This record gives sequence, structure tokens and C-alpha cells, in this order.
Amino acid sequence: MTLLPEKLTCITGAAQSEVGRPSKRTALQLTADACLAAIADAGLSPGDIDGIATYPGKSSEGGGIAPVSPSEAAAVLGIEPRWILASAEGFSHMAPIFNAVTAIACGLARHVVVFRSVAQAQARAVSRASTLMSGARERVDGNNAWTVPYGALSPINTFALYAQAYFAKYGATEAQLGAIAVNSRANAAHNANAIYRKPLTLDDYLASRVISSPLRLFDCDSHIDGSTAIVLSHRDAAKDLRNPPLHIEAMGMAVGGLWVGRHEGDFTSLPAAHRAGRMLWERTDLAPPDMDCAQIYDGFSIHVWMWMEALGLVPPGEACRFVEGGTRIALDGELPLNTGGGQLSAGRFHGYGHIHEATVQLWGRGSERQVRDAKTCVISNGGYGYGAMILRRD
Amino acid sequence: MTQRKLPKLEPETAAYWTSGADGALRIQRCADCGTYQHPPFPHCSTCHGESVSPEVVSGKGHLASFTINYEPWLPGLPVPFVFGVVELAEQVQLYVFTNVLAEIDAVRVGMPLTVQFEQHGDVWLPMFREDAA
Ligand SMILES: [Zn+2]
Repeated sequence: MTLLPEKLTCITGAAQSEVGRPSKRTALQLTADACLAAIADAGLSPGDIDGIATYPGKSSEGGGIAPVSPSEAAAVLGIEPRWILASAEGFSHMAPIFNAVTAIACGLARHVVVFRSVAQAQARAVSRASTLMSGARERVDGNNAWTVPYGALSPINTFALYAQAYFAKYGATEAQLGAIAVNSRANAAHNANAIYRKPLTLDDYLASRVISSPLRLFDCDSHIDGSTAIVLSHRDAAKDLRNPPLHIEAMGMAVGGLWVGRHEGDFTSLPAAHRAGRMLWERTDLAPPDMDCAQIYDGFSIHVWMWMEALGLVPPGEACRFVEGGTRIALDGELPLNTGGGQLSAGRFHGYGHIHEATVQLWGRGSERQVRDAKTCVISNGGYGYGAMILRRD
Repeated sequence: MTQRKLPKLEPETAAYWTSGADGALRIQRCADCGTYQHPPFPHCSTCHGESVSPEVVSGKGHLASFTINYEPWLPGLPVPFVFGVVELAEQVQLYVFTNVLAEIDAVRVGMPLTVQFEQHGDVWLPMFREDAA
């Protein structure tokens, strides 16, 4: 195998800001909080950072989904980056990480901070409609034009179609889907930075209101204000830092289907996510059974099933039975899943909560939610564009 | 629904949203390879030819999946309603989104559907109801 860029790159630091619903701190403050803490966690100072990247950049649209640009963050951190990127397109929220990997491998940067900030709770406090897909314009354009005129103003309506088709094809049940939300909440109880920590039973789940059938309130993640930052370093520069380096064992990415408004397959899977999964495993000698835990994207609970199958953690149509009852995905199960509560219970850090939680587990910082001897973790991000990554500790 | 947010008529999409003016559904098709594609693009993404144009289709298909939406996302949005995806009869996995005009208890995956249009000014929204035939 040729030397892959991710084999030259490690994660050396990670941190999260406080999470708020809403937070009293501005998005820029939250970003600085996370970045400075992640840089310190790596044992570096801001002056060591020569690259900065984020998803997706800055936009006044989207209800706080894109509140901070990398240039602003660089100015606040007082750094002078040689390499900078805002990646709104492509392989999900992981795109800036993959691009940072290539920048580091090419020698454009040595230590890159990648951040993801969200200020959706603040935006919704001003206007509840701010996070809907219709935007402020009188008429709707782009991909949303195919769905919004039919009252499908939230992504839940689209993913409910996927859930319903999956239920119909495989005979999955609401109780099986509820296992995702129940598991996430159980894990969030041990995560001080999770937004929802009160216990949730399957009965609570089944009694919750249906938003867009078959998806219920507890199948949805929650908008928050918060920021996550990750420090990526060249492996030669990672050796003497504060934390044992976390190797990026492999990465996989794909776009298609939803991203371009052209739905592939029969609505029971995300074919582009499967492409990302195939790319991931092509780049490593590890295999799905080698994973000690999994942080799987859960914008909606149904994403977890689709991603588990896309990553080959279970065969197609089997995710529903694998998660049923929660035993196999619990902290002491065969594949501990979303150990920090995922987005369903920890809040919509938009994929970066999953990456952060992987670092928590691999650095042994999980305390009561620590997975025993966790050395490997598979992570996935995205509902419209797809990124996946395996982290490994020596 | 009284509070519909209408689609902007764009160069590639206007033909779809105005097709219902004469009561027929049109889907973009490539004259070179015969493939239908939706959403419409300026080229055929199968053979990359440029001979794509709207072509009348049967307006029939079946319900590939659906959801019953209960959440009033905007004031005046009547709920519940059925949001669905139709696989058109002309081609495998040729999908359009719609509202299914049916009692919510009667909606099921696979039900046969036929198009009918709902006019809002310069837009004729393709809607679907059960095809009794
Ligand atoms: Zn063609």
C-alpha cells in the first residue's frame, strides 16, 4: 500500500466549549474556548499552530449553522496560519479534517486546529423558523425546492421517508429504533457536557409525540450553542507532545444522493455512505470486528442504522436487530455506541461531538462511561455528505 | 395547505413546475440514451449528452415511501399531511416528491398513484392520489 496521507497525521489534542441552549457566550467566544483548550490539551501554544480549518465557514443563513469563519478564529487566537480552509462542500463535516490531513502530509502545515462551531440555539431564540429549510426568501430554490413546497420544511421529513422504507422492507419496529435514543441517553448520564442527562426508558420513547412518522421527538438531535476543536499534527511533530498520538488509521468519504437531490437506491440505505465505508476499509488492515467502540452520526436515530450498515459493522437490514434491547451497543457490549450520548442527548455539535468522544475514549478520559481498553474507534459524520474515520491508539 | 412555500422557477426546473398547465406531467429525458432524470440537469448524467428535454409521462407510479408529518413548522401549515416519494412507472428509481392526497390511515408503501395538479399562480404542483384503475 502506498503511504497514505492519514498515516502521516495524528490527533494530538481535543476539547469542547461549554454547551448551551442557548449559551450566554457568543459563537466566537465558544470557538476560542474550544480552540485554546484543544491547543493546550496537545501541549502546544497558539503560536505553534500554522493551519486552521472549519466546516462550513461563515454564513448569515441557516440559523446559526455557520457562525464563525476560520479567518475570524485565527484573528481571535492570535495565530498566523500558512494554511486555511472553510469547507462547506463535500464529504460532510469531516471535510476540513481530511483536507487538513492532506495539507499536513504535503508539508503545508505542521499543527492544524480544526473547529466546528454552532449557534443554533441562539438563532432559534430569535426566530424559531430560522433553522427551517425554507430560508428567508419568498420562494425556495436549489435542492430544497423539491421538498419544501410539500411542507417538508425539516430534514426529519426526508429521513422519515428513509425510516419508513427501512421499516417496510426489513420489518423493523419502533421499539428497535427506540433503542438508539435510550442507549444515547444512558451514556449521556455520564457526560457532564451533555445537554440531556435525565434517564429515558423505552416506554418514555414510545410515549413521545410523533413528529414525522415513524420518527418521534426522541429520534431527533437538538440544536445547541457550542464548539469543538481538534488539533491535528504531523506524526513526526506528535511524538513529544502531551498526549499519546491518536493515529488516523483510515478515512473514507463520498458525496451523492441527497447531496445533489437525486436519491439513489430504494430509500432503505444511503448508498453514498456505503461508498465512504468501502473507501475506509480499503485503507486499513483493520476490519469491523477490530473496533472497540463506534461514534456514529445521529442527526436522527435512523442515521445510525444506515451508517452501521454502510460501514459494514452489520449486514444490510441487520442494524435494527443488532441494537434491539440495547445490550450489544451498551458501554459493556460488543460494540459500545455513541458513548458520550451522541447528538440525540449530548447536542448537535454536528459530527464533532462524535470525533471528540472518540478522543475521550482512546485517551481513557471517559470516567464512568469509559469503554475498557478502548484502542480503536470508528467514527462517521453526515446525513447529506458522508465522512468516516478510524482512530487508533498504540 | 394554505401556506405553501413555492419553488422558484429556475432554468432547469421551470419545465417541471409548469408542466401541469396542460394537465400532463413531464420529466426530463435524454434523446440519445433514453434515460429519464429528475431533478433535471443541463446534461444527461448517464451518457453526458446535451439532448435532454421534458417529455410527457404517464403520471402513474407507486409510493416508494411516505411519512405523516404532524409538526406545524410554520403558522398556518395544516397538519397532519402525507409527504411521500413516488417511483414513477417509466423507470426504476425515478423518484419525485409529493403530497399524497389520501386519508392518512389508508396510505401504505407500494400503493398505486396517479398525478393531479394543484395550481398556485405560475406553479402547478404535482400531487398524487390513489390510482383506482
Ligand atoms: Zn443520455
